[in-house]
Amino acid sequence: MNPDFLSAARPISRLIQEFNKLPGIGPKSAQRLAYHLLQSPPEKARDLAEAIIAIKENLKLCSTCLNITDSDPCSICADDSRDRTRICVVEEPIDIMPLERTRKYYGLYHVLHGVISPGDGIKPEDLHIRELLDRLSEGSVVEVILATNPNAEGEATSLYIQRLISPLGIRITRLARGLPFGGDLEYADDVTLSRALEGRQEM
Amino acid sequence: MASRSYQIDAIIIKRHKFAEADRLLTLFTADYGKVRAIAKGALRPGSKLGGNVELLTYSRLMLARGRNLDIVTQAQAIDTFLPLRESLELMSCGFYLSELVDTFTEDGVEDRELFELLLNTLQELASSENGERIVRYFELRILDREGYRPQLQRCANCNHELLPEANYFSPAQGGVLCRSCGDLDMAARAISVNALKVLRFWLNNDFASASRVRINPDLARELKILMRDNIKYILEKQLKSIDWMDRLASGDLLR
Ligand SMILES: [Zn+2]
Ligand SMILES: [Zn+2]
Repeated sequence: MNPDFLSAARPISRLIQEFNKLPGIGPKSAQRLAYHLLQSPPEKARDLAEAIIAIKENLKLCSTCLNITDSDPCSICADDSRDRTRICVVEEPIDIMPLERTRKYYGLYHVLHGVISPGDGIKPEDLHIRELLDRLSEGSVVEVILATNPNAEGEATSLYIQRLISPLGIRITRLARGLPFGGDLEYADDVTLSRALEGRQEM
Repeated sequence: MASRSYQIDAIIIKRHKFAEADRLLTLFTADYGKVRAIAKGALRPGSKLGGNVELLTYSRLMLARGRNLDIVTQAQAIDTFLPLRESLELMSCGFYLSELVDTFTEDGVEDRELFELLLNTLQELASSENGERIVRYFELRILDREGYRPQLQRCANCNHELLPEANYFSPAQGGVLCRSCGDLDMAARAISVNALKVLRFWLNNDFASASRVRINPDLARELKILMRDNIKYILEKQLKSIDWMDRLASGDLLR
């Protein structure tokens, strides 16, 4: 094989390798993406590169709800039109997006960044539960909606939070079991999630 | 085993996210002992696998042979032990049982009796208010199955018959010590006449009879410490879910 060809192709093979590491991108797709970029105008490639760098360099956690944001407070916490008496507790920032898509919920969020998992040694202190208590102690919240994933650790985490905050006398609800047990919120479809929100239940 | 796919009944004792919406399952089965398999797309709500491959579910699975790991192609839950999932205490017992089984067993070693024991224990847990006693019985049974049956009839050191008095228990010597041997073993812990009676009875009886034993809170505490010491000695570590169970029991919710 021609060694010149190999060295010239190295940036491409590097890009293919990087694409291949992304979820859902196999070697074939990685190749196609790399050659697509190779043929597109330089500013397109630069836009993409900048967008990728921007999510790593400009993003932080909202100091109120722990959502990922480029401004603090995040756009949801800063939005005066939202119902500030309700907080929906989710496992990960990515869980907020499908809930927002339903357009059925106008309250605020709180991101735990994980679940209690005794077998893996993950304890409440490893999550952002203290921050939730601080928010609730301000006294304006009337309802906490527990929207952890409907699986063993998610439900254990909801039961735990319920036990922790029930002395505060705030209404505690959780998403209805419209979601299939063992699933993951991140992959929920909008219809299922809408129903789940409408049917949230007293705990 | 020549066929490309096969059916097994399994209890899911562990699962991890694995490439996008897939899950890596650790199954405990009657026929093949502990087996690992991939459940593709299990995290998508539309997935037919979903709740059928959830932690601590007893399911009938169809597996296709893969190059490294077998792949779950179909799953139908037989028992989800639903009440377990409504109670923080019972669920925590469930986490502990699965950690015990995962830690004590090796891949691919058939142990039908341990499988039955785990299944019965989960069913018992799902129909009880308090999991403590059920967990103790399970601990003693899994020790027995895995070759750590404690010597409870005679002194584990000098082989003398044990007198009906407070004796000692030594994890290092694998059982109860008479008073004179126990006095010399600094690591041995006192064991009451009643605790010894309960352990002997449990070792020789099934669930139904075992649950008829009355245990007051002091005795329950003694049995818990004895079993935990013993397991910790054998495994050379404390299981992770123990700390969590203790915190729940003491109401120490957030540190
Ligand atoms: Zn925020
Ligand atoms: Zn002796």
